[in-house]
Amino acid sequence: MSNETRTVIIGAGHNGLVCAAYLAKAGRDVLVVEASNRVGGAAITREFAPGFRVSACAHLSYLLDASISRELGLAEQGLKTARADLRTVALDSNGNHLVLHGGQVQSGALMEQDRAALRDYQARMLRFARVLGKQHNRRPPRLLGGDRSELIAAAALGLDIRRLGREPMREFLRIAGINIFDVLEETFESSLLKGALAFDAVLGTNLAPRSNNSVLALLHRLSGQAIGVSGGLSLPEGGMGAVSEALAKAASANGATVRTGSAVARILLEGDRVSGVELESGEQVAASTVISNADPARTLLQLLGARHLETGFVHRIRHLRTKGMAAKLHLALDALPSFAGLQPDLAGERLVVAPDLVYLEHAFDHAKYGECSPAPALEITIPSIHDRSLAPAGKHVLSAIVQYAPYDLRASTDAARAKLLEATLTVLERYAPGLRRQVVASELLLPIDIEREFRITGGHWHHGELALDQMLMLRPVPGAAQYAMPVNGLYLCGAGCHPGGGVMGSAGKNAAQAVLRQERAA
Amino acid sequence: MKHKEHFRTAVYQTPFHPRTSALNTLNEWHRWKDYTTADAYFDEALEYAAIRNACAVFDLTPMTKHRIAGTDALPFLNRLITRDVAKIKPGKVGYCVWCNDDGKVIDDGTVFHLREGAYRLCSQERQLEWLSRSAHGFDVSIVEDTHDVAALALQGPTSCAVLKAVGCVGVERLAPFGITYFPFAGGELMVSRTGFTGDLGYELWVEPSQALELWDVLFEKGALHGIRPMGTHALEVARIEAGFIQAQVDFLPADQAIHLDRTRSPFELDLGRLVDFSKPNFNGRRALLEEQRRGSRYRLVRLDVEGNKPARSSYIYDAHRNGNVVGTVTSAEWSPSAKSNIALASLNMPWGRPGDELWAEIYYQRELKWSRVMARCRVVEGVFFDPPRRRATPAGDF
Repeated sequence: MSNETRTVIIGAGHNGLVCAAYLAKAGRDVLVVEASNRVGGAAITREFAPGFRVSACAHLSYLLDASISRELGLAEQGLKTARADLRTVALDSNGNHLVLHGGQVQSGALMEQDRAALRDYQARMLRFARVLGKQHNRRPPRLLGGDRSELIAAAALGLDIRRLGREPMREFLRIAGINIFDVLEETFESSLLKGALAFDAVLGTNLAPRSNNSVLALLHRLSGQAIGVSGGLSLPEGGMGAVSEALAKAASANGATVRTGSAVARILLEGDRVSGVELESGEQVAASTVISNADPARTLLQLLGARHLETGFVHRIRHLRTKGMAAKLHLALDALPSFAGLQPDLAGERLVVAPDLVYLEHAFDHAKYGECSPAPALEITIPSIHDRSLAPAGKHVLSAIVQYAPYDLRASTDAARAKLLEATLTVLERYAPGLRRQVVASELLLPIDIEREFRITGGHWHHGELALDQMLMLRPVPGAAQYAMPVNGLYLCGAGCHPGGGVMGSAGKNAAQAVLRQERAA
Repeated sequence: MKHKEHFRTAVYQTPFHPRTSALNTLNEWHRWKDYTTADAYFDEALEYAAIRNACAVFDLTPMTKHRIAGTDALPFLNRLITRDVAKIKPGKVGYCVWCNDDGKVIDDGTVFHLREGAYRLCSQERQLEWLSRSAHGFDVSIVEDTHDVAALALQGPTSCAVLKAVGCVGVERLAPFGITYFPFAGGELMVSRTGFTGDLGYELWVEPSQALELWDVLFEKGALHGIRPMGTHALEVARIEAGFIQAQVDFLPADQAIHLDRTRSPFELDLGRLVDFSKPNFNGRRALLEEQRRGSRYRLVRLDVEGNKPARSSYIYDAHRNGNVVGTVTSAEWSPSAKSNIALASLNMPWGRPGDELWAEIYYQRELKWSRVMARCRVVEGVFFDPPRRRATPAGDF
């Protein structure tokens, strides 16, 4: 092995590519090795039926860090938005839908009391989410044994909370650890509104509205908007894969090399530091620094191996909560579906099926015991309305997140998948009668399928639950929240690190800065 | 623990109990892990005298024991333990410590390399949870077999002669920390030249069903060699003379500490020789490297204390008057063999350098009246009692 200054990045997910771009920009010799045949990880656009393409895992962009877009020149690399600022439509089976945007109800029957409460709620939540959002591009402080800069970082977090003001700070501390069910019940009357707002708190999590931490999960989701991610909920032209391709171009333009179809079999060590990676082909690539965009468990327990780590650390990694709870549905449709009572021009917005809090809670009850929800909650987009490149002329693709679908199933995977598809179509049919007959082809990815296709342990799109005990300086585990792992030269840069997943890119950028900082210190 | 009714018995008797209870004329017992164990049998001082002048038998069945095997037994142990286990060849025993990720000692014990790839790990504390946790990623089997092994320590100058009389032919050629096997009672007697007294001595390992036969033959053949039973009080004096430390006494197991400053690293227990940084990974390695760079917080020292009042639990000061407390005594006894007032103490760095003026604040009671004395202390290099017979091979008869 000869190359002593090369950096190898395992995985060309969006964070891996962001990290590669920043390191290459700083003059490092960077090679990204990706197992699949395309870049993007869980932010890809792929065909699932002849002529029909869809964002296969993440399907909306709402957290992509503005500084990253700007610094890496993603617009110059061809990233365009097909539709920005999507509104949310809370679907009602009687056709009394609510159209929500920016804390306002744009249409739908709602008492004045709820309208006022919604404005206040939205402002309050965004203000709290801003505290989290401001941490995204910061390295989380170390809890023990840190130097002055760590103390200052910890103090900055405290100060951000204190700066909310006395009353808001009390409110923040009151609700940050509790559940969204109670918060919504004390704030609103409308069941449909409460259902739709609660849905945002539990989307992609192992939480029901009554689960603690659900407020925090909502704040994380809102954090991008809170710190001014432009465009709100948006659909990139060409699907989420276009984000990854623009990032890959930015990385290449800065001098990084990206190799697809090159799965890493293991991380190589020489003594107590990394010396490179071995590909599944048997080829060895020397490197002085290895940065993994794979999830923490895959990186540390599979690619590196527990025996190269210490017992306590391995124990914490093994007990990360990494099981996904959300399935992904793709439908190829031969016509635009018609939702009862919904103006046709609203079909391209973000449609939510979460009619009330108890509906969500019941959907979760089944998942707790290893069954998919018989009446799931849905986040539906029909991106082909805004982006004709995704489906043949006159036809459409529907992409939906289906909750809840547990990783550990009591039934066989195939039986569970078929049952959940049927349940989901039944729910869809309730809101869009006749949709079932429009389906040309379908694909449903359970967490176990997501694990397989995207190589994410547990199939959780955040590489691990975002909860109080797995956030900030506790992410992925205490003592390893600063991207450097306890083996010299090994770093993590994926969603398993602070600040988590959601096609944000901050973990990749922060990891690159951690590597450069370490290099300067050495 | 094979019996499903095990929980009905709070404290077990060891397989030697029919003999130990008959000899325990003082009827002094305490609980050691799951077992009742003798504090003293007939006279602490005479039991101690047997250790140093003839030989004494200690029932160490309650000591926690584990059987470790499997293709990854060696890499598993090398990740667990700070020293290089590869250097402990089959038929050898090694003293060792193991640490948590922070480089703080969880426990100390002995690794027996019984036969190629098969190990026994003896520990002072229960370790099954930590061992099982550490096994992830290794092809290794770990069984706690404390209840399946009956063990005696036979310690003292005439111990080798007793074993020869029992029929252990050639046992005198067994080097310190060696293991050997003899046919015994239709089975096998394992003999290791190990112990907790710092003297010539052996530990004897059999199946519980052979226990009484072993005890009887030792006391029959040992009668002319002055064999006596010994309790934990006599052993305590001998182990302090030998400079051995004990969990819960001289250090707090790191997994039981709530206050982080109560834990100790191997360096802080004067066990730096057991840390082998040439191994690329073991629990605590990174933290211990960092400790080497930054310096330790504490130092364990052996003290020779002026006077004859044992400095039990004494504060140590850096000067006689108006001094600062710089540490505490963890173990102290009057040493009959060294004829000195000895103590082990944990001192704040940098105290404890040879030549430092240290003072122990000793409280003692006479006719129910408490008195206090300040005694000058001298840091001793090496252990208090270390007779050549401890290491001489072949072992002498005396």
